[in-house]
Amino acid sequence: MRVLLRPAQYLALAAYILFLGFPLLWLISASVKSSGELNSLTVSLLPQQWHWDNYSDALDRQGLVHSAGNSLVVALVSTALVIVIALPASYVLARLKGKIRAAGVGWILVSQVFPVVLVILPLFLILRTIGLADSLAGLTLVHTTYTLPFALWMLQGYVSAIPVDLEEAGAMDGAGRWTVLRRIVFPLLMPGIVATAMFSFVSSWNEFFFALVLLQSTENYTLPITLNMFIGGEGKVSLGPLAAGAVLAAIPSIVFFTILRRRLTSGLMAGAVKG
Amino acid sequence: MTLATDTRAPAPAPAPRKRRKGTMARSRRREAIALVMPSLIPILVLSVAPLVMGLALAFTDARLVRNPDYDFTGIDNFTKLAGNSFFWDSLRIGLIWTVGVTVLQLAASMGLALLLNSGLKLQGLTRVLALIPWAMPPVVVAIMWQMIYSANGGPLNAFLGSVGLPDDTNWLGDFSTALPAVIVVGVWVGMPQTTVTLLAGLQQIPQDLHEAAAVDGAGAWRRFTAVTWPSLRPIVTSITSLNFIWNFNSFSLVYVLTEGGPGGKTMVPVLFIYLEAFKNRNIGYAAAMGLVLVIIVVLLLAVYLRSQFRDDRAERGR
Repeated sequence: MRVLLRPAQYLALAAYILFLGFPLLWLISASVKSSGELNSLTVSLLPQQWHWDNYSDALDRQGLVHSAGNSLVVALVSTALVIVIALPASYVLARLKGKIRAAGVGWILVSQVFPVVLVILPLFLILRTIGLADSLAGLTLVHTTYTLPFALWMLQGYVSAIPVDLEEAGAMDGAGRWTVLRRIVFPLLMPGIVATAMFSFVSSWNEFFFALVLLQSTENYTLPITLNMFIGGEGKVSLGPLAAGAVLAAIPSIVFFTILRRRLTSGLMAGAVKG
Repeated sequence: MTLATDTRAPAPAPAPRKRRKGTMARSRRREAIALVMPSLIPILVLSVAPLVMGLALAFTDARLVRNPDYDFTGIDNFTKLAGNSFFWDSLRIGLIWTVGVTVLQLAASMGLALLLNSGLKLQGLTRVLALIPWAMPPVVVAIMWQMIYSANGGPLNAFLGSVGLPDDTNWLGDFSTALPAVIVVGVWVGMPQTTVTLLAGLQQIPQDLHEAAAVDGAGAWRRFTAVTWPSLRPIVTSITSLNFIWNFNSFSLVYVLTEGGPGGKTMVPVLFIYLEAFKNRNIGYAAAMGLVLVIIVVLLLAVYLRSQFRDDRAERGR
């Protein structure tokens, strides 16, 4: 029995690895196959001939590069806004006791789950009224607002991890509040800020629904919207460049998440396990 | 206003120390409000206000036109909705999608978490692999799976053909296979978070408990039901509730994979509402659907959580 268990476990693990990993391998493989091979009926994971042109083809479609630029701007600006806005509030949330904190944390959790579809209609109308409906500025504000709750949640967790004693010791030594923040809190908080920033960037970079509803002009499209347009692109776009574009679009997120792996899971855990 | 001034007026003979403490608390509160404001304002304007407006729109005949001009129509939208069989179809499909993905996610993630917790090699690789689906843009995930499912030269059909099974299924285009195919993608995307959460829960269970049970002669299954499952239950409850809501509300994946097709077989409610609002331009009607959706989710969740708590109480009473 015991002897049989290990091989069975490895077999199961192999099945998981196949299920989780194969689609990725296939996408990468499609991105380096020639259109002839992609349209042929012989199916193999390794390309007969490595065909790197798909990547330059994908980049040559100016729509893709332009919208990647849009995505980059929206993600960077909203990340910066999220951090600047959330940092002071998360400090208050973490250090505050009592009802206000409970209300704040309660709202953060609720906002994680409420149906965006109910919000999107009026949100569209509000942004149209203030003239930001079909604009990157409007999308940036929306991404900022909707990443905020989770960023607040992450950051207040990192602040809570800093012992209050440290701050009190600093205050005892005669340092003012600002000095305590600058000399003691911020340096200890830096890893948390970096993790939160990466998370915000990835959320915005990947975001599809808001962009789909709020953006109408092609020149404002973000990368996910442009990729989606390519799918229905009247057969103009062949599979190879589409796969290459998809690989390129996935790279930043995957890199950040791999770096973040430990931090992010422990941050999420705080919410999931205690909740 | 006058009342507030009155209370702030100094009491006849306040002890100096006490008064200083009072002003300090007040200034600290003002400071706290100032620090929270920058977060509060965008949330109020772009998140709370639209939510309230969304609730209000459900009772109007608002349409998506240049000059927004609409009337209060009471519960007209809801009576109209009661007779809209397409909406009820989409609710049924949405429930199959949500329950299917949530349950399979839990089962698959439980298996993987138990494997990862049992000290096998390849843990690092598996963990990274398990996290990648989560990081990828939903659009990329959808494109990738369209390739996997493709009826012309897709690897899934090629594999099935090579082991002698029918290899000409149009997975995303066939009435009977589209929804299951989409559910599998949902499981693929949602597994990481569930696995990672369960794994964290597993690692909190003291090893002694397992060893004690093993000494008492409990087999693997008995150890799972007697030790692992009871300790994991609170986590399973919370992750299941969250997954349920997320899956119910998820839009991008199904939208890009099938756009609700073929023949509306994958038309989940969120997608239905989106099309009603932005293709048919009936904002008020769509908002009413959204409201019905929220009520249904809240009710289902309340029922689930109640049953969980009742079980917990029964278990404690035992």
